Amino acid sequence: MLTQLTHDIATPLSRRRWLAATAGLVLGLAAFTNAKAQETIKVGVLHSLSGTMAISETTLKDTVLFLIDEQNKKGGVLGKKLEAVVVDPASNWPLFAEKARELITKNKVSVVFGCWTSVSRKSVLPVFKELNSILFYPVQYEGEESERNVFYTGAAPNQQAIPAVDYLMKDEKVKRWVLAGTDYVYPRTTNKILEAYLKSKGVKQEDIMINYTPFGHSDWQTIVADVKKFGSTGKKTAVVSTINGDANVPFYKELGNQGIKATDIPVVAFSVGEEELAGIDTKPLLGHLAAWTYVQSIKDPANEKFIKAWQAYTKNPKRVTNDPMEAHVIGFEMWIKAVEKAKTVDADKVIDALPGIEAKNLTGGTSTMLPNHHITKPVFIGEIKANGQFDVVWKTPGLVAGDAWSKELDGSRDLIGDWVGKKCGNYNTKTDKCGGQGS
Amino acid sequence: MFANVLDRFRALALSLLLIAAVASPALAGPFEDAVGKFANDEFSDTDEAIGAVATSGNPLAFAIISALQDGRLMADPDSKKVYVTQPDGKIIDAVTAEQVASLPAAAAAVRLNNRLRRTVEAALGGLTLLSPDPAKRIQAAQSVFKTHDEAMLPLVDDALKNETVKAAKLAFTEARAAILLFKPDATDVEKLEAIATIKARGDQEAMALLTGLTGDQPAAIVSAAANAKATIQRSLSLWSMVQNAWYGLSLGSVLLLAAIGLAITFGVMGVINMAHGEMVMIGAYVTFVVQETIRTSYPHLFDYSLLMAVPLAFIVAGAIGVLIERSIIRFLYGRPLETLLATWGLSLVLQQAVRTMFGPTNREVGNPSWMSGAFELGQVTITYNRLWILCFTLAVFAILLAMLRYTALGLEMRAVTQNRRMAASMGIATSRVDALTFGLGSGIAGIAGVALSQIDNVSPNLGQSYIIDSFMVVVFGGVGNLWGTLVGAFALGIANKFLEPVAGAVLGKIAILVLIILFIQKRPRGLFALKGRAVEA
Repeated sequence: MLTQLTHDIATPLSRRRWLAATAGLVLGLAAFTNAKAQETIKVGVLHSLSGTMAISETTLKDTVLFLIDEQNKKGGVLGKKLEAVVVDPASNWPLFAEKARELITKNKVSVVFGCWTSVSRKSVLPVFKELNSILFYPVQYEGEESERNVFYTGAAPNQQAIPAVDYLMKDEKVKRWVLAGTDYVYPRTTNKILEAYLKSKGVKQEDIMINYTPFGHSDWQTIVADVKKFGSTGKKTAVVSTINGDANVPFYKELGNQGIKATDIPVVAFSVGEEELAGIDTKPLLGHLAAWTYVQSIKDPANEKFIKAWQAYTKNPKRVTNDPMEAHVIGFEMWIKAVEKAKTVDADKVIDALPGIEAKNLTGGTSTMLPNHHITKPVFIGEIKANGQFDVVWKTPGLVAGDAWSKELDGSRDLIGDWVGKKCGNYNTKTDKCGGQGS
Repeated sequence: MFANVLDRFRALALSLLLIAAVASPALAGPFEDAVGKFANDEFSDTDEAIGAVATSGNPLAFAIISALQDGRLMADPDSKKVYVTQPDGKIIDAVTAEQVASLPAAAAAVRLNNRLRRTVEAALGGLTLLSPDPAKRIQAAQSVFKTHDEAMLPLVDDALKNETVKAAKLAFTEARAAILLFKPDATDVEKLEAIATIKARGDQEAMALLTGLTGDQPAAIVSAAANAKATIQRSLSLWSMVQNAWYGLSLGSVLLLAAIGLAITFGVMGVINMAHGEMVMIGAYVTFVVQETIRTSYPHLFDYSLLMAVPLAFIVAGAIGVLIERSIIRFLYGRPLETLLATWGLSLVLQQAVRTMFGPTNREVGNPSWMSGAFELGQVTITYNRLWILCFTLAVFAILLAMLRYTALGLEMRAVTQNRRMAASMGIATSRVDALTFGLGSGIAGIAGVALSQIDNVSPNLGQSYIIDSFMVVVFGGVGNLWGTLVGAFALGIANKFLEPVAGAVLGKIAILVLIILFIQKRPRGLFALKGRAVEA
């Protein structure tokens, strides 16, 4: 608008165009004062609504809209209503960065809830740093990151992968491990952490099988046969699966068809939730496991209330809830509380206010935002039931604090993220330097 | 006959006693207390309860434990009462066996985890060793083979004596051998015999058993075991070749099925059709809609859902194909770049349309019973769904070939593709033939969608994962030649499956691509190049 105007002035103008421009200016001013009367706080929603990731991310968009709706019913925040700005980055990683920039500069959002894959998060990071805004990231991820502008409400590896392996080791007495994953950064980093962890527990190299497959892999015959072979040496075997997205369905179908039962070789998955199970016939999967920080079947008044309200909002009595949704619920409440505490939506003040903020999670506990921008959460191991839900068979005794940097990897053992005291996301506790690499 | 049944019963009683001896020290106490523990909703309590109930000798024990396994054992957390829902829907009190009218509102199925499920299986395994159903007896014998629990020996001996079914007899003999092999006080002769039996079995389980043999064994036994292992290893590696070949055929059939429609639209008509994958996707969604209708209205017809979906998918996808040809493609003949862009855009439109209509999440398409499970052929596991898809693909291919060869429409199609102008001057309505050919290709893609819905996700992205592979197959096989598509698909499938165990799935796929690029450099027209005037046209 402004550039358009200066451009108009710079060129020789007829009287009529001057008039038009002035009229436009007056109208624009009128619109501006009118808008000010009902000013809103804008909340950006950066989730793919088309392309491969739409399957998972569309639900999260709906979740944020639902949360905003609920908050507005309570009167909004700081006396203003919240307004959602939804964009569609279309599962296209560079487009995530463009859309993030559009949200912050053009739509002037105060906070963004968004991203699913690690690659999309990495793609928007520079934008959030440069324009100094806030991103709430709701998905379990590989860790090894702590940024000032990002708040990680999903699980870090020590809140999902490590407890799951502990459970299998103790309760199922697993001795042999298949680490199967999709070939990209999250599975590769998680498996590196798990491999180091298993070896530290005395598991030998020959008892670990690592396997990667491309995105959307659909022919699992060879791999499932290999797993079967690997698992028939007499030692108890389990599969730790970081297989992501669509590839899970044919994988589980093949397991079922080749007759691998959970009592023989259990599969524990980190990316299979209620939403994914909705597309599978779950009868052959009975007893396979998943590790999450939230499952829908948890019996807690807060959870039951949330599920009821969510199903009413989506007008679908069968609509399921899942872990990343709960992460948004917690993140959203934390943001609201931080804004109320800071009495402004100014990014710097809200970022400083967030650590230490507490919010009720949906599983009967209270999560806290930590100085490393991760949160405390309980961890549940659930078994798949015939109705596509999880039955919690084990949970951590208390809440687990998310580690930004894994204790299992050489490169990150000494690093911590601390945005309160040290003002640093990768502080080396050995050398007392910010930005240092671990030993 | 009667004596036989009596024998079985005696053995059953024996087995219960045996379980009593083997089971973990359960809390001594009356049957009622043990059953009440099921209502505590604690895995450790359930574990104790299983042990106590199995050893109680109570006539209800079997009913309770099998109900527990099937999720039919209901517990009321308030009154601590436990009920068994019988398969016929009747509900009985687990302690008194009295029938009750209905379950209390708070009653829920007693939960199990994998460890408990194994405990239940072991408890039932001892009982089913003498089941009247031979399949169940074999299954029980297999589980004894795996656990080779010494305490089972008298039971197995007993079962073996009464066994009449050949397969079950073999299973019991093997189970007995497994137990003897690990029995510390078995004689060397017995152990050598056991090794011979296990060697004859010759599968992965036998290998695992022999590998697990440790401790100080006499030299003769160690060498016999090593010998047996080497023999099994040799036969297993041979079988793994057969297995790879089968997997290759199966992957090839999927590739062929996805590519066969494209072989018509791209191969015969020369249209670079990027929306081909979406026709496959539409076929899969037709299957979903058919199954959904059947589920809600005619559940007993579920096993026939695929048979009904095939013609419907052909009609729907074919009609959409004709529509696309009439509204877009016919204006773009001879302009491959524009066709490519237009059909690619179309594919995005179709994807988003389906996403809006059916939602972005996967839709559940069930396998009919005749497509679930697997059977063993030697040491190779063959899953029914893959086998049916292979047969289906070959049938579709044969029908298509016959259609092109023996029908008037086929003749016209071939005429138009070979020389359009001459065909036109012979009185063939070329534009009508174009529309029908494109519709045929699309319809066949729709049929492929029905089959692929059985092994892949039914989501708006279904087609995308097949479009590259399909083009690869058609180009590799030779554009314009159906036989080339057939050979190309199976060659790629088998090559892929032999590379995968060596190089891994990701590298295997890359290697295949590199090989195809090199091959195309050498033979730009693919495996079976068309010769003659059509090539220059």
